[in-house]
Amino acid sequence: MSGVALDPKTAPVFPMAAKTAMADKQMRKNVLHATDVIQAKRARVVGEMPDWQQLREAGRQIRQHTMENLDFYLEEFERNCTRAGGVVHWARDAEEARRIVVELVKASGSDEVIKVKSMTTEEIQLNRALEAVGIHAVETDLAELIIQLGEDRPSHIVVPALHKNRQEIREIFQRKMNLPELGDRPQDLADAARVFLREKFLRVKTGVSGANFLIAETGGVCIVESEGNGRMCLTLPETLITIAGIDKVLPRFEDLEVMLQLLPRSATGERMNPYNSVWTGVDAADGPRVFHVVLMDNARTEILADEEARQTLNCIRCAACQNACPVYRQTGGHAYGSVYAGPIGAILTPQLQEMHYAQSLPYASSLCGACYEVCPVKINIPEVLIHLRNKVVKQNTAGVAGFFDVEATAMKAMAAIFRSERRFRAAQRLGRVAESPLVGKDGWIGWLPGMLGGWTQVRDLQEMPKETFRDWWEKRGKNGN
Amino acid sequence: MATEMVTDPARSEILRRIRAAKGGVSSAETARTAWDGIERSYLRNGSRPVEEVLELLEDRLRDYDARVMRVREAEVATAVAKMMGERGVRRVVVPKGLEATWLPSGFEFVLDDGLTALELDAVGGVMTGATLAIAETGTVVLQNTAGQGRRVVTLVPDYHLCVVRVKDVVETVPEAFGRLEATAELATTFVSGPSATADIEMTRIKGVHGPRFLDVILAG
Repeated sequence: MSGVALDPKTAPVFPMAAKTAMADKQMRKNVLHATDVIQAKRARVVGEMPDWQQLREAGRQIRQHTMENLDFYLEEFERNCTRAGGVVHWARDAEEARRIVVELVKASGSDEVIKVKSMTTEEIQLNRALEAVGIHAVETDLAELIIQLGEDRPSHIVVPALHKNRQEIREIFQRKMNLPELGDRPQDLADAARVFLREKFLRVKTGVSGANFLIAETGGVCIVESEGNGRMCLTLPETLITIAGIDKVLPRFEDLEVMLQLLPRSATGERMNPYNSVWTGVDAADGPRVFHVVLMDNARTEILADEEARQTLNCIRCAACQNACPVYRQTGGHAYGSVYAGPIGAILTPQLQEMHYAQSLPYASSLCGACYEVCPVKINIPEVLIHLRNKVVKQNTAGVAGFFDVEATAMKAMAAIFRSERRFRAAQRLGRVAESPLVGKDGWIGWLPGMLGGWTQVRDLQEMPKETFRDWWEKRGKNGN
Repeated sequence: MATEMVTDPARSEILRRIRAAKGGVSSAETARTAWDGIERSYLRNGSRPVEEVLELLEDRLRDYDARVMRVREAEVATAVAKMMGERGVRRVVVPKGLEATWLPSGFEFVLDDGLTALELDAVGGVMTGATLAIAETGTVVLQNTAGQGRRVVTLVPDYHLCVVRVKDVVETVPEAFGRLEATAELATTFVSGPSATADIEMTRIKGVHGPRFLDVILAG
């Protein structure tokens, strides 16, 4: 498990991965505990806002409006950022984004970079690309540091090491920071990280970040964080490289008044997170002298093109849906095989793969709607899940592929059987004979062979009755009662 | 730069994909009109009397483990001496343009004339003013202006003493953005309590990389 990046192209299907994850009792305990705490905090600070629903509606409309005018706002951002001394780059896909960043880091003359936590860089596996050319990336967010030192993978959008408890974190720090005496109080662990990273903050000349928001009106960038590691990476290096999905743009500075109310309360259950930084281009007397922004598509325009799924792009990455999801809370994040786990991951990941991979994720949900209820920008995740299930089925039953599709063939056979009384009776008889070796002593079937196994993986099936209703009805008629 | 933008194939391709995806080009005019139509029925202005707003700010700051003192403008220097004395800090950095009457004697104030990060790391603390404070969220907003200085100055030292004038306190987040609109392009930092993390079992731990100690003096 360790060291292998989460890649939807090679990840096992969700039901299999979930089964493995469910066997890890400690991980499940950690995830349940952390998501319980975070949900309670969120509920408290959301509850004190009399206008929470109005804020959500404004948030939804701002995001929807942005997507409808995305070309205009990206060009406006580019113009204003450039005017303020930033350099804007465009990347069609992950490969192009990695290439641009690697070249920029090389040009900065540094063989080391300090990084602010960024799911976008996780999405494109940037660290591996940097390491491949001899550039060491140092993660500076506490949770990302735990993941990096533990050679682990992120399991949550906001708190990537949520699946680890303090004893496990202590063990990693003791080993990797060479601190055999380290205690396991959270304060001890945070202090160790402070000392470990401070030297790097003061020395490394190149920083890499993601972005929470790009502001079209000013060309500014906003990053929301807690520890101050973000501020360190944004202000101390000589060169700063920011990578952002094209969906991260906001029309105006004023729109932050909505987002900065919705995001902290939804993400960490705080009225405001400790630090929000907003900066515009380059200021000769304050912060990096060289500033690059890489605007990355990487299939976001595919999502934009699907009108029913477009709202996926409205996401502001608060992870409230993960904390609320009864499926995520049981399996944790790794089972989703993607850095975007939970309900938002179940709709975002397959679409970022242009529906070629992660096809099992839209099914990784009971459609209970808890995700929709907590979403600060009102993304109707259940609606998109159903839409994507439909897409998966259509895609797999279309054309030649459909001819060989077992489920589609089975459905066609079922249709033929239901159309004829003779065939229906024969099928029922056959079914009773065929099932007999599978029925347990208790009359339940816990395992079905081959393709049918998917059904019994998560539920038991009752044995068919010895006598069908039809047979019983006919017998009754003959007996005259 | 302009020609480079036009000829960048990635840029043209992404913009082409976006326009194909949503069926057309968006102009400044359509975007502006549609933006004006966004429904904003959330609360923009607070309704509390001034005194309650100040109490709310004090309460919210203390909730983040910041310490707060409320004094008249003329008493700021005395309050600074008290706060720094209690923290055991003798020497702090100050940005250019900080109100001179706020500085008590008996302490050392090091003027930031472009100190390096290492030099800042060696100083115990920093004292600044603030652009404004938001009561509802317990937030102090700093900008790169006189009396507040470079972002790094309030980041590297371990102790931050911030003086906020009562007239600069607003109740809500939208009120703050209303005031910040004109200076939106300045480097701006929203500070809500000392540096913290909840990455270990979702327990809020005070003090990671930013200042571990924050004191606020409300003046006026």
